Amino acid sequence: MTPRKKRLMFILLGLALLGGAVGLVLFALKDNVSLYFTPTQVFNKEAPQGRSFRIGGLVEEGSVVRAKDGLTVHFKITDTAKSMEVVYKGILPDLFKEGKGVVVQGKLQEGNVFYADEVLAKHDENYMPPEAKDALDKAQKSQENQPVTQPQKNQYYTPPSANSSK
Amino acid sequence: MSINWFKYAAPSNFYHLAGKLIPWFAVPAAILFVVGMYIGFFVAPPDAVQSEAYRIIFIHVPASILSMFIYLIMAGYAALGLIFNTRLSSMMATSLAPTGALFAFISLWTGALWGKPMWGAWWVWDARLTSELILLFLYLGFIALQASIDDPRRADRAGALLAIVGSVNVPIIYFSVKWWNTLHQGSTIKFTGTSMHIAMQQAMFITLAACWLYVVAVSLARVRSIILERERSTQWVSELSEVRS
Repeated sequence: MTPRKKRLMFILLGLALLGGAVGLVLFALKDNVSLYFTPTQVFNKEAPQGRSFRIGGLVEEGSVVRAKDGLTVHFKITDTAKSMEVVYKGILPDLFKEGKGVVVQGKLQEGNVFYADEVLAKHDENYMPPEAKDALDKAQKSQENQPVTQPQKNQYYTPPSANSSK
Repeated sequence: MSINWFKYAAPSNFYHLAGKLIPWFAVPAAILFVVGMYIGFFVAPPDAVQSEAYRIIFIHVPASILSMFIYLIMAGYAALGLIFNTRLSSMMATSLAPTGALFAFISLWTGALWGKPMWGAWWVWDARLTSELILLFLYLGFIALQASIDDPRRADRAGALLAIVGSVNVPIIYFSVKWWNTLHQGSTIKFTGTSMHIAMQQAMFITLAACWLYVVAVSLARVRSIILERERSTQWVSELSEVRS
């Protein structure tokens, strides 16, 4: 083996070992590297208790209710399997919308209500002009079965309980 | 082994070749950048969700791609220098580092400017943003490490080790949005295709090509300076017309 080949082997072997080590570390830290928990994880008690953490998901359709003070917002965050009640007092980002992605930071209080002190909007990786988006939405709507979607939407909606305002 | 393969690995030969090549990269870079920006700002339609604000993508994405790509090229050159003991490869690695750091910085900066209006935050410690920040620190660490060692050959070897070890970070940046929950959206450019309107795509790829050509031009210019600096005591440098005058 020439010294040149030896050095090459040394570097390749080193990189492979290092890559393996980093991979194992990242795998072990999987939950810590993730920015947020999903509502399902929160229901399964995987989220930290009694301290601040983040939940990510979609703002449930028809769940956004603004309080009379104009600042407090109640909405539900869902990963389509489970959904959670969120209360937030503050200014929402422009992209905050029903059916869109959102990441909220705050604490879980009694009654499984999440009091958020920060709401971040998450957008997707698709970029298209408004006309294309309209066409896409229309196509999607015509594909959906009207009688099935209508009652489901109503089923999601639950009025905020009177005692949930701080 | 045929010697011709290594003809331009000699700094004295490469110095002249690089000088001739620079305009062939610099001029197309400038033209393509103007064309890309024009398409990006005047031809491409606004986005349905983010309206005009998404246009920062035409700088953000090319800068991010190149910050990762330059690092791999830099680590590759550094490894070549380490394995074959070729001085020029190490000099190329050294000349690429500042440009890579620049693009990593632009990527983070434009990302912050984009994040504030869209997400509602300048910065979050999610996996994508944090690993890109680590990339910037790797570049700065590489530059600082090489600058702190006086003997250029030893500086090359130390820097090469750092560059090679750090290259583990690049796939982590790329796949971070896939492996973990992040605030950063997924990749628009995937191996399977691109989820983007055609005019937007054109603007982005043209700007990417422009930045790429710029990287080649600027690193060739920088490597010429490095060659002159390191070979300043040699015969051929002292005979150069630009040195004598």
